[in-house]
Amino acid sequence: MQADAKGVLTGVHFLDGDHACCEGTLAAGARFAAGYPITPSTEVVERFAQRIPTVGGVFIQMEDELAASIAIQGAVWGGAKAFTVTSGPGFSLMMEHIGYAAMTETPCVFVNVQRGGPSTGLPTLPAQADMMQAKWGSHGDYGIVALCPNSPQECFDLTITGFNIAEEFRVPVLMMLDECVGHMTEKVVIPEAEQLEITPRRYTKLPPEEFRLYEPREDMVPDMVRAGAGYRFHVTGLTHDERGYPSMNVETQDRSVRRLVDKLKPFSNGRALFETEDLEDAQVVVVSYGITSRVAQRAIQLARAQGIKAGKFRIISAWPFPDQAIDALAGRVKAFVVPELNLGQMVHEVARVAAGRAKVIPVTHAGGTVHNPEVILNAIVEAAR
Amino acid sequence: MNEATLETPFEMPADAQNPVEPFLRMDRMPHIWCPGCGIGTTVNCFTRALLDSKADLDKVAVVSGIGCTGRVAGYANLDSFHTTHGRAIPFATGLKLANPELQVVVYSGDGDLFAIGGNHFIHAARRNMDLKVICVNNLTYAMTGGQTGPATPSHVISATSPYGVFEPSFNLVQLAEAAGAAYVARWTTYHVKQLARSMEEVMKKKGFCFIEVISPCPTLYQRRNKMGDGLDTMKFYKQMSKTRNGAPTSECALTKAGEIVVGKFVDRDRPGYFEMMSAQMHETLGDRYASPEVMCSEC
Repeated sequence: MQADAKGVLTGVHFLDGDHACCEGTLAAGARFAAGYPITPSTEVVERFAQRIPTVGGVFIQMEDELAASIAIQGAVWGGAKAFTVTSGPGFSLMMEHIGYAAMTETPCVFVNVQRGGPSTGLPTLPAQADMMQAKWGSHGDYGIVALCPNSPQECFDLTITGFNIAEEFRVPVLMMLDECVGHMTEKVVIPEAEQLEITPRRYTKLPPEEFRLYEPREDMVPDMVRAGAGYRFHVTGLTHDERGYPSMNVETQDRSVRRLVDKLKPFSNGRALFETEDLEDAQVVVVSYGITSRVAQRAIQLARAQGIKAGKFRIISAWPFPDQAIDALAGRVKAFVVPELNLGQMVHEVARVAAGRAKVIPVTHAGGTVHNPEVILNAIVEAAR
Repeated sequence: MNEATLETPFEMPADAQNPVEPFLRMDRMPHIWCPGCGIGTTVNCFTRALLDSKADLDKVAVVSGIGCTGRVAGYANLDSFHTTHGRAIPFATGLKLANPELQVVVYSGDGDLFAIGGNHFIHAARRNMDLKVICVNNLTYAMTGGQTGPATPSHVISATSPYGVFEPSFNLVQLAEAAGAAYVARWTTYHVKQLARSMEEVMKKKGFCFIEVISPCPTLYQRRNKMGDGLDTMKFYKQMSKTRNGAPTSECALTKAGEIVVGKFVDRDRPGYFEMMSAQMHETLGDRYASPEVMCSEC
């Protein structure tokens, strides 16, 4: 279906990534947000608080991140599209509720504008060091989708994509911005509402007596209901059977946890989002994401100017990791260079998929600023040798 | 059991049904609660309150946290949510704001609502969020084996206070009043009529309502403190309870073996969260304010 025009600020704008992300939530149909202030992410909900009363919806500032990250899930079961926004320490506090959303298959969006860590770290400065936490931070096995925009325009576009994926797969989607992308201001084009494709919630068409809350369809995703519609359903974070009832047996655990992970397999393969450039003849592929991909772009240009066959692979959907695409490259390139604003996180995934067929060279950085392109260039030169 | 009962066999009529059965998920029985536990009694009162209030059951949602009382959501034949530990109130806040036609009841225990969830309780009360909070206070963490909680009275023996509790406990009704609750009452599981009536009252009252129900945990609390079984606890409640409607909540603190002040302590009108939000937005935005249509249009 097309977007509800009430939330779409059609036009050409000059916005920072946080504000563009907010416009993305509104265009995607989010009418509920709960937040707790934390730098450098607060601008997303500040704008939402300003915009939503004239669009028609609710923003509530909760007492902490635990409250914000569960209030949005109450709102989702009440019928809303909803999201929360945080950074660093707040992201750590939200981990339990990312697990709850995964377990209860509550479609919702968490925006994390990454800053330097650990702990309070660098509140106003960038990092990309929450990438593994996004995937593994909550206890147990579960599936999430994580998206990494690298510009304000993409903060708008990908936020809509994120909401659509959340609805299609009934998963929490994590928008993994970084402080640079969140705070950089660029041109953002917001199209007409009818040009924006929005995935509606997949409500069951079955009557209450035939409906089972966690009966998966062929794509492994169950249909949804909302409170107040007469279904008298039960939602629990305990391991549950298809009725939604707690079931403490090994078979149910195995069946349900595997489904939570397996339903996202398309994102390892055909549905993975990425951007490539100059891969046809590439011997060295720079794999990067977020703000680092823009620094890497310069390094690739400099390498090409030196006659090195360097190419670009920009990860957009980081989780599930785009196995298939990296696998296809690993057999024919000499090396992967992986710069990221952390001491080595997604590089482990590249190495896992490359499985020894190509060299994998991390270019680490503890955060606080971006890489110097020369450092990435040096790694490319080294890799090409 | 008394012998006369045994000598008079009772034949269940074939079409007999307990009047509360339609409110319960009978396919989930038997429940997990221990013999003598008071939670089932409170659920019985709750179902009678729902019956008497003639609420549209499709529009009543129950939200629980974690713990023995947290399991209430799983047995209520309503839209029901068993959330994370301590977070029933913020979940309920989102649910209510997205779908204001729902009557949202938070049903949880003393540890869940007042230790790990204490911050949420005071803020929801401050906002006067339209939630009906029922706290079954068994004075301990029962699900995990009877540890000290924020409502455990001094000198009580618990799994984590083997030499006796020495830190002071919260007076839950005073806390609720101070934080801004519109309605505050306390009963014990001995006071089934009064409790059911209070529950019916809050179903019809707007704003943040709080009912504390003192309830036995014979398996852990009473046993460890040599206070007898479920029946002995009923006798204790009967003997030690004093009904003082309107009593200052500051005089209602609980002790291990002292008087239990019960009654309705607070019943006041404060503007609710939605009302305040709407008034403020109308004042500042005028005609530009669009009343919330939170639910997605395709619903």
